[in-house]
Amino acid sequence: MQTFAVYVDNKPGVLNRVASLFRRRAFNIESLTVGHTEIAGLSRMTIVVNTDERGGRLVEANLYKLIPVRRVDNITRVPTIGRDLAMIKIAATGDARTQVMQLVDVYRSRIVDVSPESLVIETTGTEDKIDSLLEVLRPYGVIEMVRTGRVEMARGSIAQPPISAPRRSAAAADDGRDDVGNCSV
Amino acid sequence: MSKTTLTGAQILWDCLVREGVNVVFGYPGGAILPAYDAMLDYPIRHILVRHEQGATHMADGYARATGKVGVAIATSGPGATNMVTGIATAMMDSSPIVCITGQVGSALIGSDAFQETDITGITLPITKHNFLVTRADEVAPAIREAFAVAASGRPGPVLVDITKDAQLGLCAFDWEGAAPDMIGLARPGHSSGVDAVGLINAAERPLILAGHGIMLGEAEAALRALAEKAQIPIAMTLLGIGGFPASHPLNLGMMGMHGEAWVNTAIQESDLLIALGMRFDDRVTGNLKTYAPNARKIHVDIDPAELNKNVRVDAAVSGDLRAVLNQWLPVVTEVDRTRWLAHISDLKGDSAVRDIQNLPDDGHLYAAHVINDIWRMTNGNAVVVTDVGQHQMWEAQYYHHNTPRSLITSGGLGTMGFALPAAIGAKVGRPDAEVWVVVGDGGFQMTMPELATLVQEELDVKIAIINNGYLGMVRQWQEFFYQRRYAATPITGPDFKKLGEAFGIWSATVTTRKEVADVVTRARSERGALIDFRVEQEDTVYPMVPAGADLHKMIRRPSPIAETATD
Ligand SMILES: Cc1ncc(C[n+]2csc(CCOP(=O)(O)OP(=O)(O)O)c2C)c(N)n1
Repeated sequence: MQTFAVYVDNKPGVLNRVASLFRRRAFNIESLTVGHTEIAGLSRMTIVVNTDERGGRLVEANLYKLIPVRRVDNITRVPTIGRDLAMIKIAATGDARTQVMQLVDVYRSRIVDVSPESLVIETTGTEDKIDSLLEVLRPYGVIEMVRTGRVEMARGSIAQPPISAPRRSAAAADDGRDDVGNCSV
Repeated sequence: MSKTTLTGAQILWDCLVREGVNVVFGYPGGAILPAYDAMLDYPIRHILVRHEQGATHMADGYARATGKVGVAIATSGPGATNMVTGIATAMMDSSPIVCITGQVGSALIGSDAFQETDITGITLPITKHNFLVTRADEVAPAIREAFAVAASGRPGPVLVDITKDAQLGLCAFDWEGAAPDMIGLARPGHSSGVDAVGLINAAERPLILAGHGIMLGEAEAALRALAEKAQIPIAMTLLGIGGFPASHPLNLGMMGMHGEAWVNTAIQESDLLIALGMRFDDRVTGNLKTYAPNARKIHVDIDPAELNKNVRVDAAVSGDLRAVLNQWLPVVTEVDRTRWLAHISDLKGDSAVRDIQNLPDDGHLYAAHVINDIWRMTNGNAVVVTDVGQHQMWEAQYYHHNTPRSLITSGGLGTMGFALPAAIGAKVGRPDAEVWVVVGDGGFQMTMPELATLVQEELDVKIAIINNGYLGMVRQWQEFFYQRRYAATPITGPDFKKLGEAFGIWSATVTTRKEVADVVTRARSERGALIDFRVEQEDTVYPMVPAGADLHKMIRRPSPIAETATD
């Protein structure tokens, strides 16, 4: 597995460009998350790719060919904090409900919705932790589950070259105003 | 600075003119009409094509012949989709073109309006970048950025889709304010692995593999200096041809599937491959597992994504080729490599007897003879634009190119129908050059309506149809690999002489070798010419490395001398 933090201009169509690249080059995406960053107009993707180190280098080089991509950090070998968030809806009444609540406690998770027939549990953590919680909850009846996929950040204050804010404001931007990001090719 | 108020359409042409454009290849239609209307007020030559695919190949041919960005323009919907093949062709061969398409009004986008098509979606994987412009004030930034992206780094096609309302809308035109953000367009070079120069100086049997990047990076002189100083022979890729003079003793010729036997053998025997601006396409490597097994490898390319993609290398250098070679030059040592060079000449020996040029004249007209005669009669100075197939390989083997940008051919995508329109683009870009089309009877029939464009624009292009009555290259594969079961490869055509004449072009039919010289001489004196060369029908391009086979396991032309010996 190779994990990347990818900074992209927040423009319509950017996700499509990234997804299209992975499809075309037959890189296998394990997970992909995207959200805003501290810089206006700039989004950050965490992309986990099922490949080796050499494949990782090709992924990075190819990402840089996309004009809206501003920076790609391969954080596979960097100490990082990785988190996944899941919401799990369990059918639990009576005794089962108490047992589920105890398990939720053990896993330092929370119950965020209660109805006569079901509970919704919110949990964050590593993928392993969520997988294991899911396993113990399964016997009670998982009605529905949603996961965000992994977001990841390097620990400490590793100096990274700064990324400039997009030239034009993201609010007014669309594909017709893509900035020239890191594009040598 | 005072800003004038213009329509998006006017801004489009204003920007194109400022980018240095004076000719565009296009075809009008509803969604691009405002742009066409505004065009009349700008110093632009518009070349009306007969199919939008032709417009993209012309822009591509123009770009390859001149090194400048070529521009194609079309309407929305079918106009835009007709461009797809040409865009993909330019993408594969790193050719800088900008395609401008009209789009339905922005309010209609997504509604399946008349002639609406998602052309930015369609072309996303086959453009270097593309833009959807929905407002007049977005036109200038998009056009400026399109030119910067198309021409910078590894060149490629860029598409700008402009809605009708963006063409009609008014806004203040601000050229300076629309300057593209160049951050990252010139990413610093990078090298990894072992020291390249150390490898070069230590090598006993080094070989340079020169690709299209030599010309795209204008590194011809640096390449020559390096090769001469270090006495390193050079093998060319198909698109590299012209980057180093064919007449130079260190130029071995073409490598790969239909490369010279001695070149492929030399690659397999070398102890160091120095790959410059080429991308180890499967057509040049054959089986990767057995490719150059004893060679260390150096790869220089401006596109880091090419490094370690197909072939793992010992030294990977991303960066501007000319700059890299000029850096190497002072530290590369002069080494005596006569033994290696002499060995390669020995390898050539047995190929010479197999050469079609040395076969006894059996009265048949061979494509190789035709092409070789054209080469001699044009003194090797023509710009030759080929199509795709057997004739393309014979051109590469029998027309010896000494100058950059003198062979224009669709290498990566292998697009039949490319030659005629690309030649029109080349002639428009280089009106003083003698431009020849070498095309098969199959590929010619794919884009032959562009003959009308040629005539309407009064362009002097010579067309040599290598007419073998087959889709020759496919027939050759059927001959070798499908027991001569010629499924769908026999092809008829019109009487090409009459066809040419119907368009008003001087035309001739040639059936014997002795006619070739006279007809070519006559064609050279005409303003435009079309010659139907009726060549041997079941001729074969030798040598041939079957797809995926080991590079040295070539199918060779049977040697007539060897045959006589066993008689
Ligand atoms: C658009 C397109 N369709 C199909 C092919 C597959 N193809 C490659 S070579 C070839 C035959 C070309 O025949 P012709 O133009 O007569 O040239 P020849 O090989 O006989 O010289 C074909 C069909 C192609 N390269 N491009």
